Amino acid sequence: MAYNLKEIIADKPSRLKSGHRMCAGCGAPIVARMVLRALKNEDHAVIANATGCMEVSTFIYPYSAWSDSYIHTAFECAGATLSGAEAAYRSMKKQGKLPKDVDTKFIAFGGDGGTYDIGLQSLSGAMERGHDMVYVCYDNGAYMNTGIQRSSATPHFADTTTTPAGTVIPGKMQVRKDLTEIMVGHHIPYVAQTVPINNFKDLYEKSEKAIYTEGPAFLNVLAPCPRGWGYPTEDLLQINKLAVETCYWPLYEVVNGKYKINYKPAKKLPVEEFLRPQRRFKHMFKPGNEWMIEAFQKETDERWEALLKLEEITNKEEEK
Amino acid sequence: MSIRERLSGNEAAAIAMKQINPDVVAAFPITPSTEIPQYFSTFVSNGQVDTEFVAVESEHSAMSACIGAQSAGARAMTATSANGLSLMWEMIYIASSLRLPIVMSLVNRAVSGPLNIHNDHSDAMGVRDAGWIMLFSENNQEAYDNLLMAHRIAEHKDVLLPLMVCQDGFITSHSIENIELLEDDKVKQFVGKYKPEHYLLNDKEPIAVGPLDLQAYLFEHKYQQAEAMRNAKKVILEVSKDFEKLTGRKYSFFEEYKMDDAELVVVCMNSTAGTTKAVVDDLRNKGVKAGLLKIRVFRPFPAEEVANALSNAKAIAVLDKADSLNGVGGALFEDVVSGMYVNNKNVPIVNYVYGIGGRDTTTKEISSVYSDLQKIVDTGNIDNPYRYLGLRK
Repeated sequence: MAYNLKEIIADKPSRLKSGHRMCAGCGAPIVARMVLRALKNEDHAVIANATGCMEVSTFIYPYSAWSDSYIHTAFECAGATLSGAEAAYRSMKKQGKLPKDVDTKFIAFGGDGGTYDIGLQSLSGAMERGHDMVYVCYDNGAYMNTGIQRSSATPHFADTTTTPAGTVIPGKMQVRKDLTEIMVGHHIPYVAQTVPINNFKDLYEKSEKAIYTEGPAFLNVLAPCPRGWGYPTEDLLQINKLAVETCYWPLYEVVNGKYKINYKPAKKLPVEEFLRPQRRFKHMFKPGNEWMIEAFQKETDERWEALLKLEEITNKEEEK
Repeated sequence: MSIRERLSGNEAAAIAMKQINPDVVAAFPITPSTEIPQYFSTFVSNGQVDTEFVAVESEHSAMSACIGAQSAGARAMTATSANGLSLMWEMIYIASSLRLPIVMSLVNRAVSGPLNIHNDHSDAMGVRDAGWIMLFSENNQEAYDNLLMAHRIAEHKDVLLPLMVCQDGFITSHSIENIELLEDDKVKQFVGKYKPEHYLLNDKEPIAVGPLDLQAYLFEHKYQQAEAMRNAKKVILEVSKDFEKLTGRKYSFFEEYKMDDAELVVVCMNSTAGTTKAVVDDLRNKGVKAGLLKIRVFRPFPAEEVANALSNAKAIAVLDKADSLNGVGGALFEDVVSGMYVNNKNVPIVNYVYGIGGRDTTTKEISSVYSDLQKIVDTGNIDNPYRYLGLRK
């Protein structure tokens, strides 16, 4: 069936309810709603959440915005916590302690702090052990919940509260960690990178594949933060689009080791189109700082070229 | 008929877990508790249990996975020691605040640093205020029995707290002693089925676990945990009584060994109680009115009962196998002293820190403690109440 956003929204009410306290213009709740819409209506879900913006804004006692079963324990262990729940499901199902006709799906949400950094070990363990679960990283490129401190997902040169663009050090001097590739290195059945653009088709379809592929799956989803990135809240989807059109955040998936780039811009936009609307990169546009934009462009190009090669190599027909 | 066996403390714990047959075990190896998940994995591999064994990549994840599993509606268990428990520390508090009756086998070992793999109680003392019920075991039999009683206590509706069963690393965990085991069906019947009221896997009633809990509610939630801990006292006695009916083995908050007319009393926990009993017997033969109070239930701490049991003594020595580095004395000492004080029992009392990092504690040393107590009785002088036993100076 062809993708139709209107039908999906009509058929599948949001499982993350309104009334939560996420900021206007935040990318994360859109991601959560769309990922959960990929669940079949009849399926139950257990959602785990790392400590972070999403958790502290959606489950403030005694209110919860989640209509599925939900668990938050701590910052660094959404992967391990959910793996325990999934193990309980397999054990109890096998023993006949749960109804036969109900399928439960396991989905974790963590920000880049809880995923790229403090939660990397827990995520890695859960993926390696093969639990039937999906881990969704909503990557907003810094510790936004505690007030915009750098993470290993923070892009090069970004101005954060622990890498302030100063007179001597112009922002974050290290390049961004490539978590999607780290997860590909786990040889799990499904890894994808996406962002909500174009009626959310790419995000929805990848979520569906991730949820209904048996075994561990990982989604890395870009989720801009208006406070941390410094853009007008209404520009969220435009920022998402520019991330993809500049190849800063390529849409791709890796199914059983085979790469597929889901969108190749006919004309790749210069990366400064993505950088310019954001306050965190403002210092890069000052006279004399052209080298920073050049370096950012080079890095973006190199990563994109490498991705194109990976797609080519992993899809080559075996020579007879 | 019970089964007579010879087992190490770790084997006893693993067999108890096999008979309990939990839904999930998540554990990470650490000396000296490693054998527990190791033996248990064999039971899993050979289909002797229904358990899903989650071979996590750290103790932090072990406790996180236990929390996830128990919240999901499963009975979850784990085992650890020392630094493993330290790494779990954050999750230990979360487990109890979520009121999850997770059961842990803690094989006591010195917490780093420096690194040491041998027995003391510094690991357990590091989590003494974390909201876990803590049972201590003198030997393999008690480690086994305490585990069999654990779920009945932890899962009781008036309690709903996690529980750890402690035993001494190597001294108990690796020593093979005689033991009486129960038949599998009797254990199954005694432990019973786990019936959580609310759980994640109940699709009829989705729940949310682990909120942001701010100024308006956290205080009351913490009070409820404290209430549950107080409630646990009654439940521990009830379950112990049922266990006695089944096995003939009597358990309470503590064991009173030759305490009826005792004047010189040592208070201690775990395997040192065995050594102390030998000393008490010897002293009794010599006409010394020596006694031992062996603490089994350290959390909740039975302060009033301990104070009453010690009220007729003439001098008391509390032995702590962990130094609190607070300039005052060990944790057990402080609890006993405050229990005595608030219950108006005024008996001279001293503290000995002993056995740190697996230092052997001999009958000779325990005898010297009783001699010291006699001196206090004779002279009325305590001098320094914060003392060391077996320390080279």
